[in-house]
Amino acid sequence: MAPQVGLFIPCYVDQLYPQVGIASLKILEHFGIDVEYPESQTCCGQPMANTGCTNEVAPLAKRFLEIFKSYDAVVCPSGSCVSMVKHHYDEYFSENKEYDELKAKTYELCDYLTTVLEIKTLAGRFPHKVGLHQSCHGLRELRLASSSELVKEPFGPARELLESIEGLEVTQLQRADECCGFGGTFAVAEEAVSCMMGEDRVHDHEQAGTEVLTALDMSCLMHLDGIIRRQKKPIRVMHISEIFAECL
Amino acid sequence: MPSHPKLADEFIKDKERAKWHDQSLWFVRSKRDKAVHQLPEWELLREQASKIKSYVVSHLPDLLEEFEKNAKAKGVHVHWARDAKEHNEIVHSILEKHQVKRVVKSKSMLTEECHLNPYLERHGIEIVDTDLGEWIVQLQDKPPSHIVMPAIHIKKEEIGELFHEKLGTEKGASDPQYLTESARQRLRQKFIEADAGITGVNFAIAETGGFVVCTNEGNADLGTSLNKLHIACMGIEKLIPRASDLSVFLRLLARSATGQPITTYSSHFHGPAPDSELHIVLLDNGRSEIADSDEFRRSLNCIRCGACMNTCPVYRRSGGYSYSNTVPGPIGSILGAAHDTKANSSLPFACSLCASCTDVCPVKIDLHHQLLTWRKEIRLKGLLPLSKRLSMKMMSWMMQAPRLYQFVGKMARKIVPYLPRFLVYNPFNAWGKQRELPDMPKQSFREWMKQNHDRK
Repeated sequence: MAPQVGLFIPCYVDQLYPQVGIASLKILEHFGIDVEYPESQTCCGQPMANTGCTNEVAPLAKRFLEIFKSYDAVVCPSGSCVSMVKHHYDEYFSENKEYDELKAKTYELCDYLTTVLEIKTLAGRFPHKVGLHQSCHGLRELRLASSSELVKEPFGPARELLESIEGLEVTQLQRADECCGFGGTFAVAEEAVSCMMGEDRVHDHEQAGTEVLTALDMSCLMHLDGIIRRQKKPIRVMHISEIFAECL
Repeated sequence: MPSHPKLADEFIKDKERAKWHDQSLWFVRSKRDKAVHQLPEWELLREQASKIKSYVVSHLPDLLEEFEKNAKAKGVHVHWARDAKEHNEIVHSILEKHQVKRVVKSKSMLTEECHLNPYLERHGIEIVDTDLGEWIVQLQDKPPSHIVMPAIHIKKEEIGELFHEKLGTEKGASDPQYLTESARQRLRQKFIEADAGITGVNFAIAETGGFVVCTNEGNADLGTSLNKLHIACMGIEKLIPRASDLSVFLRLLARSATGQPITTYSSHFHGPAPDSELHIVLLDNGRSEIADSDEFRRSLNCIRCGACMNTCPVYRRSGGYSYSNTVPGPIGSILGAAHDTKANSSLPFACSLCASCTDVCPVKIDLHHQLLTWRKEIRLKGLLPLSKRLSMKMMSWMMQAPRLYQFVGKMARKIVPYLPRFLVYNPFNAWGKQRELPDMPKQSFREWMKQNHDRK
């Protein structure tokens, strides 16, 4: 029997980017996974946690565990929200076996595809220059790719998956993995810095010839897309799951 | 004190300058990358350094005693200062005893932390910063904006202007060679006239009672060898246990700071020169309190290389002064919050939690996690602005009630598309100042699921 995956769709993706949820579902089902979307899910609590409001996170963390504990795996198209569940819930659960299990079985979508399903290549065609934005939490908290600061063997399964798609060319950036400036509430509280960071990221992709800008996190893309559309730049923004789904 | 976002906003208003500042520091970060990638053992060195420093911080009292004993045996006068005030008084009393009127100082962030310069000036003692960058900011009557490159925010044309005004160099000159030579001539005079030299300390060795000062300009050596009195000021966390540990730190420091294999001068001081006096002032100023805290202890691992500032996308764009703290950037936000949480409560939020600082740190301080922990502390201490506290509370309530969350989401998706632009993009909407909001989809994902996804 195929493992049952609980699909974890971050709140803002549910409300603002349903196509990312649909694409994620389509991909998982394409690979024969039995997916269930537990409807009572809302938010993992990251905005509150990042603001320091841990009391406000506690009930959400407990709800999250109740909702997702029975699945064989939990998969989510957002490194940042996965990192919240895996790395920042400890204080709400002391010596809780169910939480320890949840932590181990929660995956970012590309991570699930490459490490659990061991998918190395994707069929299909996507004849575009694609710019991969390395979202920080996936990169430096979940270690889903090598970061430029560390002296380690470079790796990047998501990038390899993209590169396996026919016609797809991943563009080369001047600053491989700099933050886009979203940072949750930072985007509003530090508006000036946040927007300058975003603008610099967009500019780096422009000089690299990016036609389609993608990432493992829709939140970074929401911020970058906001700048791209305000400045009317000819760059299209797609979550990585949308590209994969188009290639199935 | 104005908050970080406000000062950052002011700095960024001059877009060209902010861009130039970012690029200057990114250049240093790139140099650092090149230098560290030449060492296959880099991560091993970081691991070792982190372990040594963690040992030091958890054994501070013993190691400090060992250091004091060994330093005294070498004829060094050892002083203890609880806070900045005591530190300045001690330094002043030593200078007074020797009837010193003119002091040359090599760069020391510790004396910046204590505001030693204005203190001594108030007591009629001339003190000259001899590090070129630091001298430039001293001439401007400003503090350093970076701990390793104190004048990184000033363009060479502005230095030309400043030197013309203060040193009488040619008007409009901006040639670095010419300006440096002019500074050199004037500083040389200051070195010769001085009666005492003050230095910082990069590493003090418990085992030997000696210490090491790293500079690129040799100003520490010149300042301490031309006169008979040397006062070294150090924070108590600057200790390392053994002389053999030095090799680890000297390899990490300069590479992380500027991408050099080693600083041009790494000068070792083990006791006073003949007929001279050597004093060491050991300063606590809140450090033992940090050493006692499980969450923030590791911030004392810091060797002040500045790599976290160079890599920090926020620091690079907002400039050192936006932090209003002696040490800016990620590590400064942690230390600043520890020193005066209320005054510095906006600093731990001046961070997108990108974690680049944590990966770049040569002594493996978990900087971004500590910043996050500080946000929690700030909330607990009631220092979080009401607007943030309320909005997070409301969001949490809504997210605990799935139906309410769905209802609010649905309403927003129905209403926002019909609102006139000026209602959506108003001064209260910080998101929309330079960014478009996402287009509102007709359906949420869960609504789509209900309608389209056949249950198996």
